[in-house]
Amino acid sequence: MNAQLVRVDGVSKTFPGVRALSDVSLTLDAGEVHALVGENGAGKSTLMKILAGIHHQDEGTVAIDGRVVEIDSPTAAQDLGISIIHQELSLMPDLTIAENIFIGRERRRGFGLFVDDADLNRRARELFDHLGIALDPRAKVGSLLVAQQQVVEIAKALSFDARIIIMDEPTAALTESETHALFGLIGDLKRHGTGIIYISHRLEELAAVADRITVLRDGACVGTLAARDADLRQVVSMMVGRQLRGQTRPPSLPGDLPTVLEVRGLSTKSLLKDVSFSLRRGEILGFAGLMGAGRTEVARAICGADRTDGGEIFLSGRRVRVSSPADAARLGIGYLSEDRKRFGLMLDQDVAFNIVASDLRRHVNAAGLVRDDQVRQTARRYVETLSIRTPSIRQRTKHLSGGNQQKVVIAKWLARDCEVLIFDEPTRGIDVGAKEEIYSLLRTLADEGKAIIMISSELPEVLRMADRIAVMCEGRLTAVLDNADADQETIMTHATKLVPGGGVAA
Amino acid sequence: MRDVDATGPAPASEALTAPEHVRTTRVGVLRRQLQQFLAFASLIALILFFSIADDNFLTWSNITGILLSTAVIGILALGTTFVIVSGGIELSLGTGMTLAAVMTGVFLTNLGWPLLLGVVAGILSGAAMGLINGLNIAVLRIPPFIATLAMMLIAQGLALVISGTAPIYFTDVPGFTDISQGELIPGVDLPNAVLILFALTALGAIVLRKSLLGRYAFAIGSNEEAADISGIDVRRWKILIYTLSGVFMGIAGVVLAARLNSAQPALGLGYELQAIAAVVIGGTSLQGGKGSIVGTLIGALIVGTVTNGLRIMSIPQEWQTVIIGLVILVAVYTDNLRRGRDG
Ligand SMILES: Nc1ncnc2c1ncn2[C@@H]1O[C@H](COP(=O)(O)OP(=O)(O)OP(=O)(O)O)[C@@H](O)[C@H]1O
Ligand SMILES: [Mg+2]
Repeated sequence: MNAQLVRVDGVSKTFPGVRALSDVSLTLDAGEVHALVGENGAGKSTLMKILAGIHHQDEGTVAIDGRVVEIDSPTAAQDLGISIIHQELSLMPDLTIAENIFIGRERRRGFGLFVDDADLNRRARELFDHLGIALDPRAKVGSLLVAQQQVVEIAKALSFDARIIIMDEPTAALTESETHALFGLIGDLKRHGTGIIYISHRLEELAAVADRITVLRDGACVGTLAARDADLRQVVSMMVGRQLRGQTRPPSLPGDLPTVLEVRGLSTKSLLKDVSFSLRRGEILGFAGLMGAGRTEVARAICGADRTDGGEIFLSGRRVRVSSPADAARLGIGYLSEDRKRFGLMLDQDVAFNIVASDLRRHVNAAGLVRDDQVRQTARRYVETLSIRTPSIRQRTKHLSGGNQQKVVIAKWLARDCEVLIFDEPTRGIDVGAKEEIYSLLRTLADEGKAIIMISSELPEVLRMADRIAVMCEGRLTAVLDNADADQETIMTHATKLVPGGGVAA
Repeated sequence: MRDVDATGPAPASEALTAPEHVRTTRVGVLRRQLQQFLAFASLIALILFFSIADDNFLTWSNITGILLSTAVIGILALGTTFVIVSGGIELSLGTGMTLAAVMTGVFLTNLGWPLLLGVVAGILSGAAMGLINGLNIAVLRIPPFIATLAMMLIAQGLALVISGTAPIYFTDVPGFTDISQGELIPGVDLPNAVLILFALTALGAIVLRKSLLGRYAFAIGSNEEAADISGIDVRRWKILIYTLSGVFMGIAGVVLAARLNSAQPALGLGYELQAIAAVVIGGTSLQGGKGSIVGTLIGALIVGTVTNGLRIMSIPQEWQTVIIGLVILVAVYTDNLRRGRDG
């Protein structure tokens, strides 16, 4: 029997208008991976933030090594040997990787006033060598891609040599190979007796990594099972309280759909080379590829967020110039960024404001004043359609759970009524139930005649949703497959190897 | 990029990420150097322009004149760079400096304290105002704009009340004017005020780039919430940052008083905006998280050079102000261009 590291007993927490946790209990043993699952807003992150000293519980106790403790600050949590990988990336973009990792723990020189930068970079280097990370510690975090930032978060959490590590959706932004690498690290940590609380919406991962699984629903514990004899479907129904449909493939589309968007020879200085494809009305075109393959770059180039070096874009046969996202939106191209915190949401504004923001024009009266009643109506409609879990449409979006924030971003673009919608990782950090809702939403939108691009790192999701699948590798389009001809293996082959002769046009 | 086997489990040593970063770093370093270079190049261009436009511009006495008139704004700008990097703003610089000058006058002239003690006490009165700003902002959570706006008014009023609205002269304090007007380096015709500006620049650059305080200013300005959950005592460091700015405010007050041989209670309002202008022209972002001390010095020199050059060319004072305003627009716009649209 291993020593018990953490014991959470009857913890409750209420935010204004929301009971986030009620009477939750949980234990974590040394060398154990304890998975915590539940729908968006179930309270997972809140529980973890209590352990990390960011929130304090209203009721209940937390014991570390059998002793009841008060964790009243992030530093107190660090001192107790607890470290956390935050769900929402919480790095400082203007600082370097090394500075971010060791922030608050810098070794000092010169009467304790100065930071020993050489030491900082050396320690980061050592840490990265040990973890097998190929990042330059002196690079600014702001210059990294989301997935790379996620890697930095992970490295930061591991750098504490903590005995208790909380991972709040660490794999949300990672590709499969990176996820496997992380699992390797988790294995090492377990052998050294570290206890890990692991939160994820990718339930398939749990079998590979977890020892026990605890399910939260609406802030309460539904149950704890041993991962070995857990049945995924059982876990899912515990999470959502109902049965879900299984996976399917989309039915094939009629061949004579008109082309809505055509991209020819798109190139950028940094990455993209001669990307050409077309997108038809009523179709969902999936974009698959490894991290850094250039999928997000394609989306950003199309919607004018990045400068292009060459290439033409045609909308319904007409050549258009898109030099900014505002241009794109005017032309009816909507882009849902993969990084909702940076590009997708005004976190300090309420839900209604965010949903209506890009479409405020249609919510003003003759005098040019905003019609609040209409704004509220629109906001309520989308909160309902997408089942956004929020106490009210007046709630500030920064207080929503991660998955619900994502839904607000989607609602925002739905309200805008675009012809072409580009979804970049639309289900990242979203629970199974909500995923289903978003899938059927995407399908409905396509059926209504919208043309949809869906970028996703989860192959099963691409296979399930996309009518055709564009595969990218190193900035080139290496294949466009019909769903019927695609499987995980074919996609991976195209994603990892360049087809001789360069890109394949669609 | 290597081929990665994405189906089988990879060993822990398998790279957690693709090696794209190498490019980004080098670009980052280049960019930073370019920023300094651009500001410096525009300074040189300005100097060239004015020296062609007017023969009297590039004379030693005019250059020291520019440096001397830049000193006060420059010192204020150095201190407030820390505040702006941390995502804050400081509006009480100008009148705070005046109050510090008046207090120095009270200590030295009215109370007859020894020179060193009086000067230190004068600087500390600046620090005290900074400390109060810091407490209001960090502890009472009053937004920096409002807290320092209030301090601006309070300092302005107090300077008038304490001095009885009349200037305090330092004629009876031997050696006081040497602080600004003396020439420490024998044989070189360079006023001490300028040496103080350069010394503080060097010190400030080290503190901003290398010290814990500087590092945390960047961290807080970059993402305050992240800094907080990383275990940084954000409150404490904010208080220190504003206090540091207050110290610079105090020094600027002493330097100004020593240059004028008097504390002028009605002077000072408007200096804060020129100082902020210098910081912004120097490439520091008002959003926080980005900035440099050397940039600020160059920014202050640009403001000083433009003012001086226009005056030599006999362009009226009113127009000088208009042109400084345009310089700010041009500087920030070119900075944006350089950063690209997503900066
Ligand atoms: N600071 C806060 N203020 C107000 N409400 C909050 C705050 N933090 C969380 N909540 C609410 O508490 C509930 C639980 O949120 P939490 O972030 O713990 O969910 P979660 O299980 O992590 O969800 P997800 O899977 O989407 O990340 C949600 O309804 C959320 O809106
Ligand atoms: Mg969460």
